[in-house]
Amino acid sequence: MTDLPRAQDLGMMGCHVCRLITAYTEDPHARCPRCHNPLHPRKAGSITRAWAFLISAAIFYVPANLFPIMRTQSLLSKDDNTILSGVFELWRNGSPDLAIIVFTASIVVPVLKFCIMGFLLTSVQRASDYGPRQRAKLYRFVELVGYWSMLDVFVVAILSALVHFKVLSRVEPLPGVIYFGIVVVLTMLAAMSFDPRLIWDKRKAR
Amino acid sequence: MSDTQQGNTPEGDDLPQPEVRRSKMGVSLIWLVPIIAALVGISLLVNHYISAGPQIEVTFQTGEGIEIGKTQVKYKNVVIGKVTSMRLSKDRTHVRVVIDLEKNASEFATKGTRYWVVRPRIGAGGVSGFDTLLSGAFIGADTGTSEEDQSDFTGLETPPAVTHGAPGRRFELHTGDLGSLDIGSPVYFRRIQVGRIVSYELDKDGKGVSLQLFVDGPNDRFVTKDSRFWNASGVDVSLGADGLKLNTQSLATVVAGGVAFSDPLGPHDESPAPEMSSYTLFGDQATALAPPDGNPRYMRMRFEHSLRGLNVDAPVELLGVKVGKVVSVNLDYDPEKHSFPVVVGVLVYPQRLGKAHDKLAQVLGGDPETLFPRIMKGLVDHGLRAQARTGNLLTGQLYIAMDVDPKAAKVEFNPNGKPLEVPTVPGDFDHLQEQLSGIVDKISKIPFDSIGKNLDGSLHELHGTLHQVNTELMPEAKKTLQGVNRTVGTANDALSENSPLQQNIANTLEELQRTVRSVRAFTDYLGRHPEALLRGRGADAPPPATAPSSPKQGKEGQP
Ligand SMILES: [Zn+2]
Repeated sequence: MTDLPRAQDLGMMGCHVCRLITAYTEDPHARCPRCHNPLHPRKAGSITRAWAFLISAAIFYVPANLFPIMRTQSLLSKDDNTILSGVFELWRNGSPDLAIIVFTASIVVPVLKFCIMGFLLTSVQRASDYGPRQRAKLYRFVELVGYWSMLDVFVVAILSALVHFKVLSRVEPLPGVIYFGIVVVLTMLAAMSFDPRLIWDKRKAR
Repeated sequence: MSDTQQGNTPEGDDLPQPEVRRSKMGVSLIWLVPIIAALVGISLLVNHYISAGPQIEVTFQTGEGIEIGKTQVKYKNVVIGKVTSMRLSKDRTHVRVVIDLEKNASEFATKGTRYWVVRPRIGAGGVSGFDTLLSGAFIGADTGTSEEDQSDFTGLETPPAVTHGAPGRRFELHTGDLGSLDIGSPVYFRRIQVGRIVSYELDKDGKGVSLQLFVDGPNDRFVTKDSRFWNASGVDVSLGADGLKLNTQSLATVVAGGVAFSDPLGPHDESPAPEMSSYTLFGDQATALAPPDGNPRYMRMRFEHSLRGLNVDAPVELLGVKVGKVVSVNLDYDPEKHSFPVVVGVLVYPQRLGKAHDKLAQVLGGDPETLFPRIMKGLVDHGLRAQARTGNLLTGQLYIAMDVDPKAAKVEFNPNGKPLEVPTVPGDFDHLQEQLSGIVDKISKIPFDSIGKNLDGSLHELHGTLHQVNTELMPEAKKTLQGVNRTVGTANDALSENSPLQQNIANTLEELQRTVRSVRAFTDYLGRHPEALLRGRGADAPPPATAPSSPKQGKEGQP
């Protein structure tokens, strides 16, 4: 399978926008003769970009977890919940199923994304030979799961919109949810910046 | 896909060549993103560090109602901090609560700041901390005056009665026992609450209690140097020789207790009292507002008769002025007479004699120590005698009256006696007894028996008379009445419409009418034919010739 030729091997490359096939060039300033879109055999600086977004996401992940994401206010009590304390609260208040869902969406998935992206990026940088198909699957998983990570933000947004009985009870978003949103967006950007074709490019290093 | 690529491979040279434009610089700006992220993160950290206020520890007896991460610290209902952790003290007698104060509340980590837990409290004075029923307990704070930093506090178990900086003044009261007073008990002036009791403690010698009270500004100016304080707790019901008295300050004090103050009547020093002035707390208003009594004098009296109804605290009056009170009533035994005299000990306040006392002092002069015995001697020589009198007929309460009886027999009075012994005369109760026995005597002399007999005879006679009336007079009267009844009935029948009499009368009248008509006809006839008297009645004239006509025609005929 790895013996199959790449476009590069055939002296070709394609435009990402209009799909025009042109002759291969290493020149980073090359442009598509048809639509004048920059041409490059791989996404330019894909690894650098992915790393930058991933690191930013990791940085924002700290305040996203430390700051409370929402305030639930009822007649009897006022609670500021961070993601984790919200999960605990749900667990204690007898909705372990919801607690697991929120925990998966807010903690497990982002962490998993960090790990997978980090692993993909390092493996590509080291031009690792290891299981390119598995790694491609991992990448697809990251891309797929990216949208669902916004679950917490959605929950907060929906609750604040729905639960609004002034005195009796109220849900307000708190700054944590902004950082959490930024984390989700940044991880998605990191996944988008990554060029999965690099997984198959190990030959280059050899 | 790979198939098409493979298929296209040989024609690679025919592919269009990409254009090259050298316009972009090659610096990757993407690293700005993590840099910005890092900056934001750092600024958050710095911000958190800067906005964090001091951390303090407060010890409480109990952690009831305190929740980690939730219980707030409030000053004037503004949140100034939050409980972050709680643990037992090492000796397990206290709870140590760690509080993170906010940055702008750093002045609450100074010496003198007080912390207490506000829980709903239901006391005699009402419910406090009502809002905490819903929101849960919080920790109240009150600033101190000191600038000195402190991070370890001992929390108050009860909320302080006075917050720092509240206008007003503190005063001190001394009393024998606390009664129903408590911290927070109200202080009344003219039945308006103007302050409250803030603390109390036993005197060092244990013989009394010192109370501190706080009177809110601006009403604290009403506390003057001469103010009198009294215990307004509860319902003051006294059933004494002067009758039933009921007095209460307000309904709240009945339950919760309280202190009232007022200026005494008459001239007094009206300048406001300085802070922490000391006063005596009197038992009731009357005692508090009475003129100062000075030193009491103890005297003794012996009564030879029963003093049922004389209680301790019964008033002692001199010429109608209350000058003291009874302090003891004891039995004695007289072996000579084999009698049990009653010995009454009284306290007399000479100063209550007022001007009389001053003038006597002037007249008699001499050593003020022996002044009172000498005054008493003079009075006794002039006939002063003590007497147990009934103050209240309803209850039979007695009081001691000292009155001057110029006709009293001379009695020896020892002015040096300790105690002084006042001669007594039998009380007016004994007079009353005498009078009563007199009345009983007179009553017993009334000849009830003969009165009864006479009355009985008279009643017998009356009975006979009535019997006669019943048996003899009544049947006769009955017959008479029946006769009358019959007569009336007959008359009635006779006069009724259908009676024969009535019929006859009607017939007669008819006859009469007819007669009269005949007479008239006759006279008419005579009028027209007077000759008939002579010739007799002629032949009848033919009927009139006028043709009969309808009434209509007749009408039309007349114009
Ligand atoms: Zn193109």
